[in-house]
Amino acid sequence: MTLSPRLAQIGKECVACGSCLRVCPRGAIHIASGVTAQVNSDACVGCGRCAKICPADVITIVQRRAVK
Amino acid sequence: MKRKWYDYLWIAELLYWVLGVCNILFAWLGMVFFCIPLLMAIVGGNKTYCNRFCGRGQLLGLLGSKFSRNAPPPRFLRSRWFRGGFLAFFMVMFGLMLRSTYMVFSGAPLRQSVTLLWTFKLPWQWAEVGMVAPWVAQFAFGFFGVMMTSTVLGLLTMVLFRPRSWCVYCPMGTMTQGICKLKQGKEDVQ
Ligand code: SF4
Ligand code: SF4
Ligand code: SF4
Repeated sequence: MTLSPRLAQIGKECVACGSCLRVCPRGAIHIASGVTAQVNSDACVGCGRCAKICPADVITIVQRRAVK
Repeated sequence: MKRKWYDYLWIAELLYWVLGVCNILFAWLGMVFFCIPLLMAIVGGNKTYCNRFCGRGQLLGLLGSKFSRNAPPPRFLRSRWFRGGFLAFFMVMFGLMLRSTYMVFSGAPLRQSVTLLWTFKLPWQWAEVGMVAPWVAQFAFGFFGVMMTSTVLGLLTMVLFRPRSWCVYCPMGTMTQGICKLKQGKEDVQ
């Protein structure tokens, strides 16, 4: 399976509201222990829907190569 | 995604407003919206209430899909000091509301008004509250004011920024996330 060139990255100031979960077409996000959202990098296709809805504006879409 | 029963809890939120306007005593039902998220955070160490069950969050999401400018909110909104400060301010105002309830309990006269945005007193004379003790009614007036204030702020920031901007500084959201962080910190230590 080829992975998308881009993916979502969650910033430190996530408020764990869960708005992003509702819009992700791949079900790639979950809220870890009520503290922060986490992206399953294998499932994310970098579509950016989560970034557009995030009320805290903490999601950035980055090049997958840059993420280690 | 297939919708689940809890995706319709925004209807419960609407119903709360209708019931509360019909009879202010229904404001007491709002305690459910206070206790469940706290219990979930304290016992379960999660924010499932925010993520799944909060009717207010859902309603803001729905209304926001039509009426929000969808602009990124200012950075300070998500900052620790603003969220913490707003929570502290909210708690102080909540404490004052409890104080006036106590004063009515100890004999002060009931004030039939709902305070909006901690300033504006909306007359609420039509309320039928004769069937309960005056302090029970006073709490209902106070609590309805708290709920209304947060809803007005929620709607305002929904229009100005993104649909669920309220969730960034919602005192309940800040509190439950704080509890989860504390719990997680404890687990990490163990
Ligand atoms: S929408 Fe933004 S703030 Fe809310 S859980 Fe997702 S990443 Fe965090
Ligand atoms: S970029 Fe798209 S696929 Fe990736 S987490 Fe966000 S919404 Fe889901
Ligand atoms: S942050 Fe507040 S309004 Fe938003 S989902 Fe959580 S409890 Fe509801």
